[in-house]
Amino acid sequence: MGMSQPVREDMESSLAAPVCRAPDGALSIREVSKIYDPEGVHVVALDRCSLEIAAGEFVAVVGPSGCGKSTLLNIMAGFDHLSTGQILLDGQPLATTEVKPRPGSDRVVVFQQGALFPWKTVLENVIYGPVVQKALGKQEAQERARQMMARVGLSGIESCYPGHLSSGMQRRVEIIRALINDPRVLLLDEPFRAMDTVTKSASHEYLLELYDATGKTIFFITHDLEESIFLADKVAVMTTRPGHIKMTIEVDLPRPRDYRLLASPQFMRLKAQAVEAVHEEAVKAFQAGEREMA
Amino acid sequence: MTTAAPPMAAPSLALRWRRTLANPRLWRGVLAVAGFFLVWQISSMGALPFMTVIPTPVEVAKAFWVFLAMPKYWQSWAESAQRVFWGFATAQVLGIPLGLGMGWSRSFKELSYPLFELLRPIPPLAWVPVSILFWPTNELSIAFITFIGAFFTIVLNVLGGVSSIPKELVYSAVSFGASPAQVFWRIVLPATIPSIATGMMVGIGITWNVVIAAEMIAGNAGLGRLTWEAYLAGHTPGVIVGMISIGLAGYVSSALVKLISIKLMPWRKII
Amino acid sequence: MMETALIVSLIAAVALGLGAWQQKKKAQLYEISWSAQVVKTVTGKSFLRTVAGFVIFLGLWHLTVSVFRLPWFNRLPGPLEVLREWLSPNPAYGISIYTRDYYIHILYSTYRATTAFVLATVLGIPLGLLMGWNRKFYDYALPLVELIRPIPPLAWVPLAILVLPGNEPAVIFVTFLVAFFVTSLNTLLGVESIDDNYFRAARCLGASNREILFDVVIPGALPFIFTGLQISMGAAWFSLVAGEMIAAQYGLGFLIWDSYSVIAYPVIIIGMVTLGIIGWASSAGVRMVGRKLMAWRQSELSGGGQAGI
Repeated sequence: MGMSQPVREDMESSLAAPVCRAPDGALSIREVSKIYDPEGVHVVALDRCSLEIAAGEFVAVVGPSGCGKSTLLNIMAGFDHLSTGQILLDGQPLATTEVKPRPGSDRVVVFQQGALFPWKTVLENVIYGPVVQKALGKQEAQERARQMMARVGLSGIESCYPGHLSSGMQRRVEIIRALINDPRVLLLDEPFRAMDTVTKSASHEYLLELYDATGKTIFFITHDLEESIFLADKVAVMTTRPGHIKMTIEVDLPRPRDYRLLASPQFMRLKAQAVEAVHEEAVKAFQAGEREMA
Repeated sequence: MTTAAPPMAAPSLALRWRRTLANPRLWRGVLAVAGFFLVWQISSMGALPFMTVIPTPVEVAKAFWVFLAMPKYWQSWAESAQRVFWGFATAQVLGIPLGLGMGWSRSFKELSYPLFELLRPIPPLAWVPVSILFWPTNELSIAFITFIGAFFTIVLNVLGGVSSIPKELVYSAVSFGASPAQVFWRIVLPATIPSIATGMMVGIGITWNVVIAAEMIAGNAGLGRLTWEAYLAGHTPGVIVGMISIGLAGYVSSALVKLISIKLMPWRKII
Repeated sequence: MMETALIVSLIAAVALGLGAWQQKKKAQLYEISWSAQVVKTVTGKSFLRTVAGFVIFLGLWHLTVSVFRLPWFNRLPGPLEVLREWLSPNPAYGISIYTRDYYIHILYSTYRATTAFVLATVLGIPLGLLMGWNRKFYDYALPLVELIRPIPPLAWVPLAILVLPGNEPAVIFVTFLVAFFVTSLNTLLGVESIDDNYFRAARCLGASNREILFDVVIPGALPFIFTGLQISMGAAWFSLVAGEMIAAQYGLGFLIWDSYSVIAYPVIIIGMVTLGIIGWASSAGVRMVGRKLMAWRQSELSGGGQAGI
């Protein structure tokens, strides 16, 4: 299916075409806590969580299942509301105790199980954002969608329903559906979780190509350490619940990256460092008997 | 969900009550039901011309009180309940094995399923005359129609249940050396119980529907007949009392079936 | 007798034609010749067993009723008797495929069922969508629905006759009522079955409430709506027959009951078989429309991959 095509020369210009400005999308997460209080049972999901994300940075958050990483993402996406603390996007308050964020096309989410509308064709899915926002006419949107899809090797599937496609393809389409809105931040909630190894590594390279081409800020949630180091500029390790950022690891591996990196000594060194930190939390979570729920 | 949280006491009964009462959703429901009765009362009192034939809720309540004191009312309950019970029970006793057989043996399914599908679209009440002709007593014929109502549903549900058993379950049992009989009793039957329960839930509703209609058409006793006789006598409050009683009867039997399902499937959460 | 033979062979020819056409499609699928596929099917065990099933059923019916005249059974009409009556140009009891009355009954029933079904669909789907879509409306409406629903539709017949002008609207009303509840509750279930992520994705992409209704709620609930419509169609026929037996002139339910009263027993079976055929055809029609509207779902079933519905 042409999973790992080389980046074409003109891809960069095409994907970043309408925005000729410095990359924005700097996120500042400050002392964010989230307390669920259903029926008087006090559950602290996030406990004074802080993280700085520069514009155009690729940040991966790792942590055991149920540590609150998805909660953090949901708050940024506007699906949920924080209890204390604040989140700034490019210096503007995005979510505070007063400001309740609404979901918007500047922070598009790509979901773990995939959320392409199964009743719309691939093309209808991709143009959905620009059309409902009335940013582009239907014709223009289709034109642009076709261009973008062609550039990343997704031509020929425009009239398929998502159900026809493999999970790898579905996720690629979903990322395009997000990127066509030209978001400031791309929020990825374990998008490659349910994939087999081969599809997964192809998807990684695909995402890296897109990242290199567009320079979007990416907030990537995963519990796969190797994946996080391979993809990100910075890996934030979260503790078990109540979750907060235990440490961040700067990944100083050069870009563009490819799979050969996985065997390099630098990669191994970073991985060893991260394993140490994550393992401790994983054991804690395991002993607490958390049900898989990430 | 609650592991890392500080140890907490279960909320006291008073607190739980307060929470329930503070829930606006409860009050919306109460408001809706109260509004319904109010609109009924006012429109029956003459606000809506065509509604004046219908007695007011107060009149119905009075009639209900009278009915409660009549032995005939309770006899009707017993009559209908008996018919429902026999029809429903027979449908389970015959339908469950038939569904299991169809799911278990392909040749049996090929033999019987097309025929089954041919008979299924015939509405149960269309069987009334044939049933009266065939069975020697009226009682048996009504029970037979009741049986027809529940039978097709249960067979289809059981068959669906057997077909959707994950193959891995069967394979793993076989790899542990289970005999076909063991696979049937230990795997297939328990795995089908949820579908049986669904079939029973749907079936009990249909059964009441059928009994009421059959009693109106060809019965001499029972809640359906009671309602019909009230209609023939021009006693409209009685008609509504009959309807409410039938609704209650259906409700109670559904609750019973649900209770049985919970007992049958302790591992499953039933909402 | 000649007439009967002619019609039987006509029906057989139509059945064979339909079968052959299906075999042709199958042959294309398996990429073998048409005749090879036909031979494969006809000599296949599955086909033979199906035939055996029908033969056993009809044979038992014939033997118990017409040949051995067993007690209880001997009061029923036999299969041959029914068939002869059904296909006779001069039916002994006045109903056969040649008589005008037969079609009048069919038309009456079909008209009533269709009216009730269409009304139930037009009112039930919006109600279900609204309940699934608006929390407050749900809170108000559901208790009322649950209050009225446990009363079987047939129990409404006397009241409906009293309130509505005449028996005709009363029969249609009880038929409507049952279909209405089935449709609205299945629509509600359909909305509730939609994965939250579709709503979230739509919001992320900037959809307004109205757009979410048309792009997420309705298509997402469609599979359940159509399951509901199929059940509702069956339920409509169910109540219609009962309603017609209790309180109608004309219609197949009336025909069946009336034939019992006037001792025209073969007509009872003719009525039942006709009801079965029409009932089956109407739900097949609903299924077909559903399949057309949910092309995406067909592919999903075979392709797999999407979770949720």
